[in-house]
Amino acid sequence: MAQLTVQEKLEILSDAAKYDASCASSNTTKRNSLGGKGIGSTTGSGICHSYAPDGRCISLLKILLTNFCSFDCAFCINRSSSNVRRARFSVEEVVELTLNFYKRNYIEGLFLSSGIIRSPDYTMGELVRVAESLRRIHDFRGYIHLKLIPGASQELTARAGLFADRVSMNVELPSEASLQRFAPEKRAREIGAAMGKLKLSIEESKEEGARSRHAPAFSPAGQSTQMIVGADGASDAAILTRSAQLYAAFDLRRVYYSAFSPIPDSSSQLPLVDPPLMREHRLYQADWLTRFYGFEVGEILDRDAGEMLDLAVDPKLAWALRHRERFPVDVNRAPREALLRVPGLGTRSVERILAMRPLRRLRLADIGRLARSLGTLRHFIVASDWRPGALLDSDRLRQHLMPKPQQLALF
Amino acid sequence: MVVARLAHPADFEGWREQARALAQRWVLPEDIAWHVAGEGPDLFAAMPRRDREDLRAVSVPRAFPDLAESVICHSDPGRFALLYRLLWRLQAERDLLKVVTDPDIYRAEAMARSVRRDIHKMTAFVRFREVADEEGAVTYVAWFEPEHHIVERAASFFVERFTGMRWSILTPRRSLHWDGETLHVAAGASRLEAPGDDAVEACWRTYYASIFNPARLKVKAMKAEMPVKYWRNLPEAGLISSLIADADKRTQEMVRQAPTLPPERHERMARRAPAVSAELPEEIGSLAEARIAAADCQRCGLYRCATQTVFGEGPQDAPVVFVGEQPGDQEDLAGKPFVGPAGKLFDRALAEAGLDRSRAYVTNAVKHFKFEQRGKRRIHQRPNAGEVRACRFWVAQELAFIRPRLVVALGATALQALTGKAGSLTVARELELKLEDGTALVATVHPSFLLRVPDEETKERELKRFIADLQRVGQMVPEMRRDEAA
Repeated sequence: MAQLTVQEKLEILSDAAKYDASCASSNTTKRNSLGGKGIGSTTGSGICHSYAPDGRCISLLKILLTNFCSFDCAFCINRSSSNVRRARFSVEEVVELTLNFYKRNYIEGLFLSSGIIRSPDYTMGELVRVAESLRRIHDFRGYIHLKLIPGASQELTARAGLFADRVSMNVELPSEASLQRFAPEKRAREIGAAMGKLKLSIEESKEEGARSRHAPAFSPAGQSTQMIVGADGASDAAILTRSAQLYAAFDLRRVYYSAFSPIPDSSSQLPLVDPPLMREHRLYQADWLTRFYGFEVGEILDRDAGEMLDLAVDPKLAWALRHRERFPVDVNRAPREALLRVPGLGTRSVERILAMRPLRRLRLADIGRLARSLGTLRHFIVASDWRPGALLDSDRLRQHLMPKPQQLALF
Repeated sequence: MVVARLAHPADFEGWREQARALAQRWVLPEDIAWHVAGEGPDLFAAMPRRDREDLRAVSVPRAFPDLAESVICHSDPGRFALLYRLLWRLQAERDLLKVVTDPDIYRAEAMARSVRRDIHKMTAFVRFREVADEEGAVTYVAWFEPEHHIVERAASFFVERFTGMRWSILTPRRSLHWDGETLHVAAGASRLEAPGDDAVEACWRTYYASIFNPARLKVKAMKAEMPVKYWRNLPEAGLISSLIADADKRTQEMVRQAPTLPPERHERMARRAPAVSAELPEEIGSLAEARIAAADCQRCGLYRCATQTVFGEGPQDAPVVFVGEQPGDQEDLAGKPFVGPAGKLFDRALAEAGLDRSRAYVTNAVKHFKFEQRGKRRIHQRPNAGEVRACRFWVAQELAFIRPRLVVALGATALQALTGKAGSLTVARELELKLEDGTALVATVHPSFLLRVPDEETKERELKRFIADLQRVGQMVPEMRRDEAA
């Protein structure tokens, strides 16, 4: 096999990494390069340096160290039975690429994962070497996210967590049964146990950090995970229930949902259809409702809603349409919890309504300035000069609020 | 009419000083003309007519200077007057800033937002190109076109991030130069002064093209976050139209392609891989095998929500086995029994009683964590009789392989699991008990009970009693004592 150039390897190993949706570079310890030998800083909310035409943010150099892999996970482009081109970066190549991209302000840092070669510990050891070289030799203070290799030792995990801002592991599929079917080498229990240990280490490091500012932080940006949507038959209810479990057990920053999409040389075991992007979007919306709006999964998908989220309207609106008895809500009186349930009112708008209420009575025009979607919103609220008409109680409301079909435009 | 002069378009200090002085003298907003040096014809004005003799103290809420500092960077020529009007109104309307729907506040906030966004986009979309001079010294130079007067406000980001580099950011308004130690702010520059290429850009474009998934085209989402106006200075943007144009074809090709045969390497690995037996061993022949088998236990439904089976821990020849109720949140995450708050209390009590935990085998009556989920919290729930019964299988395995001289039931659930019947712990605690096979049994409370006692006095008393029970264990099995050589 002819030697591949770094650029050729990059082509293969970024293509191999793109099915991991996470690109976050936010909420880690604040650092800058003042007084250091090198470069790098972190900001509170992270920066998206570019966007691809798939609408996804490009914040990190997201690559695999190698896409050679001994696992044969059906949904994965890098599974051992696939005929995709293979490549492997050296540790030095990844370090240099990261620094070169960073110096040109293309990226916030590195998100490094890998196919599993030789053994979990060998593979994990190589990932840790990249992070260690960036931090120790180059004094790199940008963001680093390392993927944990299933089965890697506790010592390597601990080292990874010291160099990286985030370490994470993907649960891949919502149920143990589908994982067994599609990723025979992966064990749901092992992944869970590893995430459990991560949570304990992160917590412990936070407690030490509170006692001494010099204690090294372990994975200060927390942990996240990803579930593939649409590869197995799991319902939205099953996915969201699993997410709620994961948030509660492991204190995750995020669960990423990745619509299963056709991959080159895909397995015959899996559906070859367009990725369910709207479903993925609705899952994110529902996920948001549980984390910031006080909804339980059982409310978003209650008995009347069935097992799947409504694709035509967003889950909050769908809930409001099923619970008209809870509306209209008086923006001048209602408590925060009730305001948060109004379709079209976000957390920020709610805070501003609450701050303004003691100063003046809110009219409909005020709400129009506070929130974006007055068209939807007005059917569910009472303001000092506004009451919704009979439409709130009519079956036509759903039709009325559904997005109108749009004529397609050429780009 | 008063003319207030500002040194440059984002001269916040200049604006602040003059605005304060003018407001102190009661100069009305409509009587001031703001003039930025070098912008438009200079204004000559008569002295203000409507000044008052008395001065007033001018004060503002803490949030106002921040807002003003952002608004002043906006390119809207009306920004100075708007801010002065706000300053004026704030003297009478102290809570004005909270009235976000007030037209002046609404406009100021929109301007501040636009400025913050422009700063953010500058930190995102500046693209440096490497330039080496004749001696080989490397400088990184970027050309950027901001919408507002934000260059100096964004400077600290670049200084703090690229401290170890020499760099310049050229813009039509102002330019920044960092030599590794000092920041120089210079006049605006022209695009022609910026370098035209950089060898690493080819790699960056490769990355951009490969990280894009053609099966999920969302052009609107991309444009919302990366507006087209920035594209001409982004080296990757030249690829966008062809990536979009080819997306559908590439996706169809992936869908249509027939499945292929696995490569040789896969077959080789499959042959080499050891046959993994996922099934339970037919017979459990040792404690180690029991532990492995228990990891897959589905004898009751608790495995569905728990993270993992928490099997007992300790030496296989331990003279004493402690049996608790079930793992809690921390134990569920760690995969080890008695490591959470109750476990820590248990350790303390053992130490006070002079016992050595490392000589004992510690386990639970139920091996999976049972909880009720409330939002983000997992609230401990007592296992029911069916779950306890299902798990007796494992407790029996542990006891059979360890054959301890004494078993200690911590709490009613453990007692029930060990004796097979529900009984009063208060009564059992006073008795000399035996298991069916004759092994001595001591019953006491579960350490988590001590954590739940509300008043300190009772807690202290109950803790002493618990320690006394443990001391009894030490009397019955002296080698459990720390002072006893093992």
